[in-house]
Amino acid sequence: MMEFMEGSHAVAHAVKYCRPEVIAAYPITPQTHIVEALADMVANCQLDAEYMTVESEFSALSACLGASAAGSRVYSATTSQGLALMFEVCFNCAGMRFPVVMSIVNRAMGAPLSIWNDQQDSISLRDSGWLQFYAEDNQEAADLHYLAYKVAEDKNVLLPAFVCFDGFILSHTYEPVDMLTQEQVDNYLPRYSPVQRLDSENPLSFGLFASPDYYMEFRYQIDQAMKGAAKNIASAGSEFGEMFGRDYGDMIESYRLEDADCALVAMGSICGTVKDAIDEMRKDGKKVGLMRLRTFRPFPGKEVRSALSNVSRVAILDKNISLGAKGAVALEVKDALYGTQVPVLDYIIALGGRDVRKKDIRAVVEMAEKGKGDLFYGLRQELLA
Amino acid sequence: MSGESCGLFEYGHRACGGCAAALAARTILDAAGKDTIVVSSTGCMEVFSTPYPETAWKVPWIHSLFENNSAVASGIVASLKKQGRKEKVIALGGDGATFDIGMLCISGAFERGHDFVYICYDNEAYMNTGIQRSGATPYDASTTTSPAGKCSSGNRRPKKDLPMILAAHGAPYVATASVAYLPDLKKKVEKALATEGPCYLQVHAPCCTGWGFEGEKTIAIGKLAIETGLWVNYEMEDGKVTRVKKVVRKPVETYLKEQRRFRHLFKPARNDAEIAKVQAVADRNAERFGIDIKLKK
Amino acid sequence: MALGLGCSAKPGKAKENKTGSWRTFRPEFQHEKCTKCGLCAQICPEGCIAEDEEGCPVPAYDYCKGCGLCAEECPSQAIEMKKEEK
Repeated sequence: MMEFMEGSHAVAHAVKYCRPEVIAAYPITPQTHIVEALADMVANCQLDAEYMTVESEFSALSACLGASAAGSRVYSATTSQGLALMFEVCFNCAGMRFPVVMSIVNRAMGAPLSIWNDQQDSISLRDSGWLQFYAEDNQEAADLHYLAYKVAEDKNVLLPAFVCFDGFILSHTYEPVDMLTQEQVDNYLPRYSPVQRLDSENPLSFGLFASPDYYMEFRYQIDQAMKGAAKNIASAGSEFGEMFGRDYGDMIESYRLEDADCALVAMGSICGTVKDAIDEMRKDGKKVGLMRLRTFRPFPGKEVRSALSNVSRVAILDKNISLGAKGAVALEVKDALYGTQVPVLDYIIALGGRDVRKKDIRAVVEMAEKGKGDLFYGLRQELLA
Repeated sequence: MSGESCGLFEYGHRACGGCAAALAARTILDAAGKDTIVVSSTGCMEVFSTPYPETAWKVPWIHSLFENNSAVASGIVASLKKQGRKEKVIALGGDGATFDIGMLCISGAFERGHDFVYICYDNEAYMNTGIQRSGATPYDASTTTSPAGKCSSGNRRPKKDLPMILAAHGAPYVATASVAYLPDLKKKVEKALATEGPCYLQVHAPCCTGWGFEGEKTIAIGKLAIETGLWVNYEMEDGKVTRVKKVVRKPVETYLKEQRRFRHLFKPARNDAEIAKVQAVADRNAERFGIDIKLKK
Repeated sequence: MALGLGCSAKPGKAKENKTGSWRTFRPEFQHEKCTKCGLCAQICPEGCIAEDEEGCPVPAYDYCKGCGLCAEECPSQAIEMKKEEK
């Protein structure tokens, strides 16, 4: 059913339909509207969940870990500083194979303190073992939660997942969203059935320490599960498409890429602007296309290579920077393209919520055509003089 | 009990011989029974009991991180409540995990009022990492990060009063106990588990390796701690002290001189000034809790 | 040997580690002096003291670390620590 909703609310409703048993919430801009909406649902008996107002994000994810270990489907949401505070628990959760799903309302990392959007936060946890999905719009922001739970909880995956969507740009923007019903979601996403749990009828110990004789194999198993999740994303995503008309089986989206000269690569809401800019540039005769990454972990290296091998140049729009090196997307796309001759140019863009317009995309394409790249786009030189 | 003499905490664990924490774990599980979920913090008890693939725990058990056992326990309690399950939840942590790095989570869990029991096995230092000072380290104790030396007589700060802090959170039942008095410890574990809401037990666990005495003296040392007034066994209900173990008090040096961590107070020379300060700690405890048995002349 | 998911484990493997090999002293129990108070079994940190049919303590020497707590605390002095013969 089409509804005109704020992104946060679309996500809150999607989460409600996923029937989490335990929600741990700590407020942080720009996630707060999600946890407030969920609190409201619980208070009004629309959502039957244990809602915990915890004392920090670190505690939020720790509580989720405990509840998941006890056999519950769980949920939390955070961003930026909160996610950074959860760093330790993120590795713990993935290592212990608890399928926690968390919304990440992407926001810049301090210092300097910023409440505005970029993707540094979730990208900085790309080593942690969490699946990472990036939504282009509020529709995807909602839908990807159903997909995330289904993939995460599959017994061949059993890894936690981030559903990332851009702070303010998506979270606080109203868009028309086709919201599923509870019955529809129940048909797609079954009840969580843990492979193992804390249970006095069948006692197990979780979280032993591993000596050098064992540690590597445990880590290998996580990596294998993560890479194998690509298959689960394909099947769960296609199933979603068959049931509801929106297919999420592909980890990348190719927009006007088939005959493209210059391929732009990006994740998240910026892709909406990019697509509009591409349409304009196409009218002007420029052969530009977009490869959008919807899944960042597992990294769809094969798909990226296949999509980009035949373009003349790749311009990466990175809403993050691995300081002292390059943007993460550029580094990983380059790795996927290793051995091809395709030049890859990195543009660090829109950090800390700096606006991006169609003209900026055009400008990036023009720079790429001149071979000028691997730079921070749009710096205010007057501040740096 | 599970049929073997070790009960729910299996032998074969790697605790030092004479380890008070191991004794505490056995005793606690004996009192709690099999329908208990235990959440351990990183530390001696976790490390000596669970080197993969061995585990000494015959109840469901989880270890996450050093500082979050209270938060993990909170999540478990919430989940069990939602599922309508009846298992009890005990969070077990050493003093480092409880007094210091875990303060955030224990405060939050107690403030939210979850129905669980937090038991701190207090060996008064970070033992698993090699005897470093914690917020529970008593005044003048020598640890590797508060060593006694030419210009130091050891730990400069008094022991943090965590039972009081948690009572102030509204915990309905807070108690201290010791491995020196196991039936008392068992009773307190049972009482805490039977009391609804967040309950706290602080169990004195003299550490032969860390404090410097022979493993066979673990219980004797624990008794001396209580007999000198440096440790008080008491119960608090709804914030009021309701029961205290009374003693005929011995001077603190009967306890101090048995332990390497206080040896600097006696060798190379007696440090009367510092011993007097430690005595003052004991005297204050005695007055505050009323532990002195008044002998009739 | 399959790995326990997420580094988990079923109970029962700790006892494969025979900590009795750590000992330098072993407790010898003198049943004639024993009053069957049960204290030794209670205070053993390993929990390796069981009871025979008469209620007398029977240590599991496979696990006894020889810490001496039982000997130290026995109210009847019915336990003696003897140097382990190798």
